Amino acid sequence: MTRHIRYAAFFCVLLLAALLVNAARVQVVQSPAYDDNPANRRATIARYGQPRGNILVGGRPVTGSRDSGEQLRYERTYVDGPLYAPVTGFASQEYGRTLLEATEDGVLSGSDPLLAPLPLLSDLTRARAAGGDVVTTLDREAQRAAYEGLAGRKGAVAAVDPSTGRVLALVSSPSYDPGELSGNGAGAARAWARLNADPDKPMLNRAVRQTYPPGSTFKVVTAAAALDAGVIRNLDARTRSPAPYRLPGTTTRLDNEGDGCRDAPLREAFQWSCNTVFAKLGVDVGVARMGATAEAFGFNDAGLRIPFAVAPSTFDTTVDKAQLALSSIGQYNTRATPLQMAMVAAAVAEGGQLRPPYLVERTTRRSGSTVAAAGPRPARQVVQPSTARKLRQLMEDVVREGTGRKAAVPGATVGGKTGTAQHGVGNSGLPYAWFVSWAQADRDMEPKVAVAVVVEDASADRGDITGGGVAAPIARAVMEAVLDP
Amino acid sequence: MMSAGVDTAVAERAPARPARLPRRRGIELALIVLAVLLSVYGYCAVGLARNGTLPPGAAGYGAGLGVLALVAHLAVRLRAPYADPLLLPIGVLLNGLGLVLIYRLDLETPGDRAAPTQLVWSTLGIALFILVVAALRDHRVLQRYAYVSVVAALVLLCLPILFPAVNGARIWVRISGFSLQPGEFAKVLLAVFFAAYLAANRNALAYAGRRVWFVQLPTGRVLGPIVAVWLVSVGVLVLERDLGTSLLFFGLFVVLLYVATGRTGWIAVGLLLAGFGAVAVGRFEPHVHGRVEDWLHPFASIDAGQGPGQLAQSLFAFAAGGVLGTGLGNGHSVLIGFAVKSDFILATAGEELGLAGLSAIFLLYTLLVERGYRAGLSLREPFGRLLAIGLASLVALQVFVIAGGVTGLIPLTGMAMPFLAQGGSSVVTNWTIVALLIRVSHSARRQYDGEPAP
Repeated sequence: MTRHIRYAAFFCVLLLAALLVNAARVQVVQSPAYDDNPANRRATIARYGQPRGNILVGGRPVTGSRDSGEQLRYERTYVDGPLYAPVTGFASQEYGRTLLEATEDGVLSGSDPLLAPLPLLSDLTRARAAGGDVVTTLDREAQRAAYEGLAGRKGAVAAVDPSTGRVLALVSSPSYDPGELSGNGAGAARAWARLNADPDKPMLNRAVRQTYPPGSTFKVVTAAAALDAGVIRNLDARTRSPAPYRLPGTTTRLDNEGDGCRDAPLREAFQWSCNTVFAKLGVDVGVARMGATAEAFGFNDAGLRIPFAVAPSTFDTTVDKAQLALSSIGQYNTRATPLQMAMVAAAVAEGGQLRPPYLVERTTRRSGSTVAAAGPRPARQVVQPSTARKLRQLMEDVVREGTGRKAAVPGATVGGKTGTAQHGVGNSGLPYAWFVSWAQADRDMEPKVAVAVVVEDASADRGDITGGGVAAPIARAVMEAVLDP
Repeated sequence: MMSAGVDTAVAERAPARPARLPRRRGIELALIVLAVLLSVYGYCAVGLARNGTLPPGAAGYGAGLGVLALVAHLAVRLRAPYADPLLLPIGVLLNGLGLVLIYRLDLETPGDRAAPTQLVWSTLGIALFILVVAALRDHRVLQRYAYVSVVAALVLLCLPILFPAVNGARIWVRISGFSLQPGEFAKVLLAVFFAAYLAANRNALAYAGRRVWFVQLPTGRVLGPIVAVWLVSVGVLVLERDLGTSLLFFGLFVVLLYVATGRTGWIAVGLLLAGFGAVAVGRFEPHVHGRVEDWLHPFASIDAGQGPGQLAQSLFAFAAGGVLGTGLGNGHSVLIGFAVKSDFILATAGEELGLAGLSAIFLLYTLLVERGYRAGLSLREPFGRLLAIGLASLVALQVFVIAGGVTGLIPLTGMAMPFLAQGGSSVVTNWTIVALLIRVSHSARRQYDGEPAP
């Protein structure tokens, strides 16, 4: 009997050993796979278990956290939510995160390993670092001026600092309150359904995620290509441009809004936005050089991050001459985000140098110490400095005595370009009003701001459809906000 | 000081026999103090992790558990002084740890507080423990009640059939808000019956029958009882849909039969019958079939878009614990939902104490089983031997069935983790098991007293 008792005991030990081995399998070997299973709520619970770090504008947070007492504990709140929504995005328990809330999530949620003072120790203790803060480059006054300038009309504003690439304003309108999407409740689901069903698409970030035909504002790029290529050497020499202009290889005739464009020199053609002159100019420069210049300004670049992705602006390089003519006046397949056009203005203002735009100045720990600082990134020479100088003159003329007079700022040099882009089948849609500009205060050594404004469906008043009437005042307000200390 | 005084008192009462064997009651007391302190520490750790303060009831809880353990210790000291000194401390520690885990889970479910009830049941369990230790002078008395035991066990097993099913299993008796699991009590009664029956008939059962290949089959005459028990097990399974209990009874019977007769043939027959029964029931009984499917594919419901099932949540909890665990009060095992405090209590231990804590718990059970086997080995008469082996095997099988179930080793069957899980019937039964083991180990050791140590 004793022998069999020993065997039975051995059997019991075998059972318990099997348990131990299996426990090790689940808790050690399979553990990472189980932890990462999307159905496992633990990661989500941990994420919302502590207050989220804040996004700062002008030294003050524009976000906050509220203890909801639910399983997913802390909910995101927003100060002036609609104003900063195109920058912050939303952070929702239910619908994930977008824009800065998404790209800077590691710092904000505290999961970024850089946040931990002693990474190895916190790996062991599994302590999650407190959420860090994200300091943005935005200018409070510029942002507000842009938002109030749009006044709820569909459109967008992007403003950058030409000398650094810092994004000073990024506004999309109509906007929404991202705070509505926070939380676990039915309210968030209702807001989500309502915002998604809204025909005005309030959650669309028009400043960086929507491309528009840039219309006449693209003439800055065409002029740059022509000057750089040496097709035009003298701004005041008459061009050989018929008006109306027959598109090469077709019978379609291109005309202008006003008179006096026949053989107009570049300065006048730019000032009065002559379609015929620039369409022919684009064809004269050729598709290769046009494309190269447009791409140097940032078109066709799908890789731009500020740090969230910017929709690529496009300049089609597989075109015939007629299409190239239309492309050169910002029609056909040419499309640009407002931020892209602000980059064009910035490069002109900065002597032909383009600094990639960025939105995050630095990230900090909860204690305030810096985790990572963005700093300006290396500049890219887009056009020759002499070309940039001439372009500045052209743009200054537009504001001084051309279509952009409403953008003039007292005590500052302002250069700009208006645009009115047709769209829709047979150009039936209400036109988009554009204005791109830069400004340099008289006391400053260099331009401080470059802006692009687009207003969709810009009024039914045909006399006022050019960007100069609708968009320029908004640009002026933004530039004034930046220049006024 | 106090232990020395009591020792003297015992020695004075039995001065005729000089005690050559150490009784080791001081060790037991020290281990009990350690067990109580560990439990109070766990209780405080939960409070500190959740609210940053010591829980208000810490002192009362510690005092309550301490007094209960001390009274139990006194009963052992007075009535079973030769008993194994590890059995009681292991029971106290597991029970205390169970109370901590249930209290910790109560914090997640403020509307449903189970820890106070569990403390009452633990008190009842320890009271029964004291009663058994004090009143049962000799465990061999139980041999006389073998057939009373089996009738009582069958009645207890059949009782829940009259009551409505709870969550698919008819294992509950609900009387005016109180719910009991009579199957738990039936375990001990059946162990007593098996031990008595086999002790009496082991020679008859050991007769060899025909030899098929190299397996020595038992004779047809004595095949009757094993078939009967098998039928009862399957009956329980089909009528009450309680896979765990039937597995437990059957396993217990096979182990005892093997120990009593030494015939490997019994194991062959047992495994064959068990395998046949399990396959048949797993195939045709929808409730059990679902459990098997869950075990084979724990994440099927996730892939089907219905979210994780209980077993998947349990595996997530164990995985979240890793090696060192999240710490008491910091886990999210409450996501398991239903039965998190009873069947799935081990998942909370696994998540918050990690593989380290889980291994410690398994080793405590192993130690408990080992002490039971040791007592069985050192006894000389067959009933006591089989009783000790049976009770220890019960604990081992039950731990295996439920812990294997919640960690995905075997199909999940609803069953209480001994001492840890919420459930009054279970905790009372387990204290009875420990009390019987204490009695058996006392007898086992006392027989050597006054003789040269073996």
